Formats: sequence, structure tokens, C-alpha cells
Amino acid sequence: MLQRFILSKKNHIALLGGILIAIGFISKFGFGNVDIFHLALIIASVLGIAPIAIQAFQALKVKVVSIDVLVTIAVTGAFLIKNFEESAIVTFLFLFGAYLEQRTLNKTRSAIKELTEMAPESALKQMENGEFEEVEVDEVDVGDILLVKTGAKVPVDGTVLTGEGHINEASITGESVPVGKKKDSQVFAGTILENGTLQIVADRVGEDTTFGKIIELVEEAQDSKSEAERFIDRFSKYYTPAVLVLAIIIWLILRDIELAITILVLGCPGALVIGVPVSNVAGIGNGARNGVLLKGSEVINDFSNVDAVIFDKTGTLTIGNPKVADREFYADNIDEVLGYLASVENESDHPLAKAVVEHIGDTKLYPVENTDVVKGGGIVARVNGHRVAVGNVFLMEQENVHLNEKVREDIARFEQKGNSLVLTSVDGELKVLMGIRDRIRPGVKEDLQKLKKLGVKSLIVLSGDNQGTVDLVARELGLTKAYGHMLPEDKSAYIEKLQAKGQIVAFVGDGVNDSPSLALADIGIAMGSGTDVAIETSDVVLMNSDFSRLPHALGLTKATANNMRQNIVIAIGVVLVLLTALFFSEWMNMSIGMLVHEASILVVILNGMRLLRYRLR
Amino acid sequence: MHKATIQLGTLTCPSCLQKIDNAVKSLEGVDKESVNVLFNSSKVKFNFDAEKLSIEKIENAIIALGYEVKKSQVRKI
Repeated sequence: MLQRFILSKKNHIALLGGILIAIGFISKFGFGNVDIFHLALIIASVLGIAPIAIQAFQALKVKVVSIDVLVTIAVTGAFLIKNFEESAIVTFLFLFGAYLEQRTLNKTRSAIKELTEMAPESALKQMENGEFEEVEVDEVDVGDILLVKTGAKVPVDGTVLTGEGHINEASITGESVPVGKKKDSQVFAGTILENGTLQIVADRVGEDTTFGKIIELVEEAQDSKSEAERFIDRFSKYYTPAVLVLAIIIWLILRDIELAITILVLGCPGALVIGVPVSNVAGIGNGARNGVLLKGSEVINDFSNVDAVIFDKTGTLTIGNPKVADREFYADNIDEVLGYLASVENESDHPLAKAVVEHIGDTKLYPVENTDVVKGGGIVARVNGHRVAVGNVFLMEQENVHLNEKVREDIARFEQKGNSLVLTSVDGELKVLMGIRDRIRPGVKEDLQKLKKLGVKSLIVLSGDNQGTVDLVARELGLTKAYGHMLPEDKSAYIEKLQAKGQIVAFVGDGVNDSPSLALADIGIAMGSGTDVAIETSDVVLMNSDFSRLPHALGLTKATANNMRQNIVIAIGVVLVLLTALFFSEWMNMSIGMLVHEASILVVILNGMRLLRYRLR
Repeated sequence: MHKATIQLGTLTCPSCLQKIDNAVKSLEGVDKESVNVLFNSSKVKFNFDAEKLSIEKIENAIIALGYEVKKSQVRKI
């Protein structure tokens, strides 16, 4: 009980110690009273060592030689050789430093805390008597019916049963324009109902909700450790006891207690263990605030050294909503052929197929039989007794469709304009050629320039589309290389080829049809609008599919990796300088050592905090 | 087996991690491999056998070290 009381008053003890030390020095140098000086410092030492000694004792009980152990022995030693000045000042600095560390550490963690605090805490749940009652969000199960009122947070992922309203989904998608919701709409935990009232049924609760997954991801990311960090951890496990052993050896050989206890204080590993986690949490926190989810410090390290960034085209560099821009007919019974075409394309959810169906509009539809999807080609089916093939040039060749001189000229012209081609043949004769184009996302060119400036050597687009279209996009955007006609397995093979050359490869895709490449690349970057697949398979998620966050993400990982290196250098440098000074100079003592240590810890924390304000210039 | 997440007061010193880690691991019925003390989020996550010891006992072991326990969540796995 007493132990816990002392520990809870640690900050007060530090304050009291500071006052006592001040009184002591004033009475010595102001009034020449050495007795009061000694008395004040003795009280300050005894008070100050109490919480540190308790912590040291607890650490030893679970077999850990912690910094507290070193400091306790050092202070006790100083006290026994009647150096009260040292014992008082060292305990004060140690406690006061711990207080400042706690304050500043909270700041570095603030960005992530803001995110986790957005988690819903309560819900209005329908009870057996039909009334709604407020319960803790943990008590909501799948299938429960909940009431959401204006201004309230949606507590779970669910489906609207009754009611209408507008929801701000910024916490999930980063997009703050409210989205209209009515019966059967999906709603997400952590989003806010701006107007209206909804009754929803819970589909996913707690950690299974999209928001829950984001929080878990970020929370685990901030504490995930890189190889270097695990090394530091292992190192410090043996380092602290080693300092103790060194001090004992020096004491036994030189019989110099003063020197031995000074080594204990100077050898404290303070800044080393804290430096890297601090950079990590601040960097990931900055990302979370700016719509970039980074999955841990390993990802930060890899991404900061990236050599090549590979992009998927459709939906990544382009908006992903293609439209029919050019067309040629080679038949007289156009309406009938368009009807066949629309009927076949209706079966597919390929983006090009959707564009074709949309372009044709209302038409007579026919029953479609024997549908056969040709991978990397298109669709072959039987419609109204005819064999209809819809797809690219490769499919037409496979179907032995003759492409005459005029058609070949048209194809070349269409490709040059940046069209993707959809050819339609009926019973082996070409009937329709359509050119479909997608718009490049606004701002992508500038974003890619920024990536180059940040040191990415090659920017490559890989697409299933024809080479002409891909080349055009590459020219317009200033990409290094462009490859068309790529199947998903070709993309993976290409990534492996680059990796075999020793390059660090990032792949940017929409996270749905590129999951093998996302998983294979050193850094998989998903343009997710909060979809589960994107969150799970990738290393970096750009919220709300916002491409412009990619340069920020790269700049941030570079800044964070740099920050970690700076902190390691500061930490190791401080210990080296202190120990050198101890052996080669007269002025080094315990108090100065402790002061420098505590200052170095604050310096690494403040250095890490700079990352919270990082912006790409 | 049950999976527990204990939210602690703010952790500031890395040696706290080692202390809590060793203390929780030393309890009979806790799956040693699963113990994970998270520095920045100030949480402990681990699996344990609820028949051998209660979550309160684990909480008390942490409190005895001088750390604040804010909230515990236990889920059956």
C-alpha cells in the first residue's frame, strides 16, 4: 500500500526534491550555512530514492536489471560516501526527467490517440420489450437492432432497416462530404449521422468492423518492431547488467567507489531504447492523420529505400470509369448485332463491358448460352443461334476472324488515340470495333514528378490493356517504362524479376484484382476506400483512393527513417561522449552525467515529435 | 483459452515493458509465447487459461509492480 502511494506521488516528490535542493544551495552560498545545506540534501536524497528503489526492487523480483537498479545503487553509494550533493541532484534529475518524458511522450502519441478516441462507446439497443436502451458498445451482438439519432456515432457496421439520413464517413474514407443513406444502405462504425434518424441491424461488431480493423492495424503498427529495433532490445537486455558488472569490476580493482558509481549513471541506456519507438509512433500518427495507413516500422524502412514503383493502370493512374469514345461498324444489321453485344457484355462485370453496355443503352436483349470466358481475351458465347465473340485482337485471331486492311488501319488509329479495343464478331465475321477510353486522374502527373524528386528511380505501369493505350498513358505522365498485355501472373513475374536484380519494389493497385502483386511486392500499396481486402493484403493503405497521398506517404517514410537514424546516433553518441569525458577529463561527475542523459532522452522525444508536423514540400 | 487485452496507464520507460512482460509470463496458466506488451499504445495482450487463474489475479500482479490498470477485455478463443 505504502509502495503504491509513494509511486503515485512520484511527480510531487520530484517537485519537493527540487525545492529542497534550492533551499540547500541558497543557505550554503547565500548564508554560508552548511548544516542546513546538508540536511536539505539528505532529506531530498532519501525522499527521491524511495520511488526509484521501489521500482528497482520490483524489477529485480521479476529478474530484470533496469535503469532504476543502476540509479538506486549509484545513489546509495554516493549517500554512503557522504556525497549528498550528488545523491540529491541525481535522484531529482531522474524523477523530473521521467515526468517530462511522460508529458512529451503523450504528445508524440496524440495523433493515434485522436483516432482511437473516435471509436464509438455506446449504442441504443432494442430490448426485448421493444424499447431502445443505451448500452455499452461491447454489449451489442450481430443481429441486434440499434437506433442511431442525429449527431450520434454509428456504433457498428450494419444495414439500414428504416429511416433516412446523411452520414459523414470521414473516419473510414477520409471523405467528409456526407453520404445519403436509406433502407438497405450499408453504414459503418465510427461514422457520424449528421441528420435524420436510422434504425440499423448490426452485421459486424467491435474489432470486426472496418473502423475496428483500422484501429487495430494502426495500434499494432505503432508498436511493431523492425529488425534493427529488435536488435536494440536484445542489446539493452544485456547492456544494462553489463554496465553493473563493469562498475563492480572497477570498484574491485581500483577500489574507487566514486568512479564505480559514476559509471553506473553514465552507462544508463536511456535514449537508445526510447529513440526508435518514438520516431515510429510519431511517423505512423502523422500518416493516420493524413489518410495514409503505414503498417509498422519494417514497412517504413522498406518504403523509404524504394527503387521502383509499379502502377496498375485502370483505377490507379486512371479514374477507372471508362467510356466508349470511338466506334466503327462493318455490318448492315447493326441493331441486331448491338443487341447480341449488349446481351453478352451484360454477363460480365469487367469495366470495359460496363462501358459498352452503358454506351449501347436500351436495346433488345437475347438469351445467352454456353458463355466461355477466355482469359486475357474476352468472352465467347452462343446468342440467338450465332457464335458471338467479344474481346481484343488476340481473341479475334484465336477465333480465326479475318481482319482486312481497313479494319487494321482503324485499329491502329484507335490505339494511337489511347483507346482500349473491344471487337465483336458474329459467326467468325467482324461486325463492330469500339474504342474505349479512361480519363487520367487529375493531378497524377504532378504527384509522379514528386515521387521522382524523392528519389524513386523508375516508375512503371503494368496493364492488361493494349500496348498503344499503355504507351500513351506513360508518355502523358512521364513514366519510365510501360508494359501492356499483362496478365496478373505476368505482373507478378515482372515484380520477381526486378526483385532478383536486388531492387526494392512497391506496387500500387486497387487491392481487388491485383492481390498477388500487392502481396509479392516489398511494399504493397492499396488505393483502398476502406475495403477489407485492401486493408488486409497491403502494407500501406491510401484512404479514400486518394492518389495525391502517395508522395506524402513516401516523403513521410523517408523522414521517419531518417529520424530513427538521428535518434540512434544521438543516443549512442551521448554514452560515448560521457564515458570518454569520464576517463579523460576532470569535470565529469554523476550529476552532469544524469543531466546529459535526461536531456538526451528529451532531445530524441522532441526530435521524434517533429514528424507530427511533417508536410511534403 | 481466453484472449485478454489490458489497457494500462501511459507507459514511459522501456524497462517497464520488460518488467510487465516477465511478471505476466511468470504466472501459471498464461501462454508465455502470446505475451505482448505494447509500448506506445500502453497495452498488454496475451492468452491465458481461465480455469487456472482469473484475470483479476493477472491485473493484481501488474498493479503490484506499480502500474495502473485502466480496463481489461477478455474474449474466448
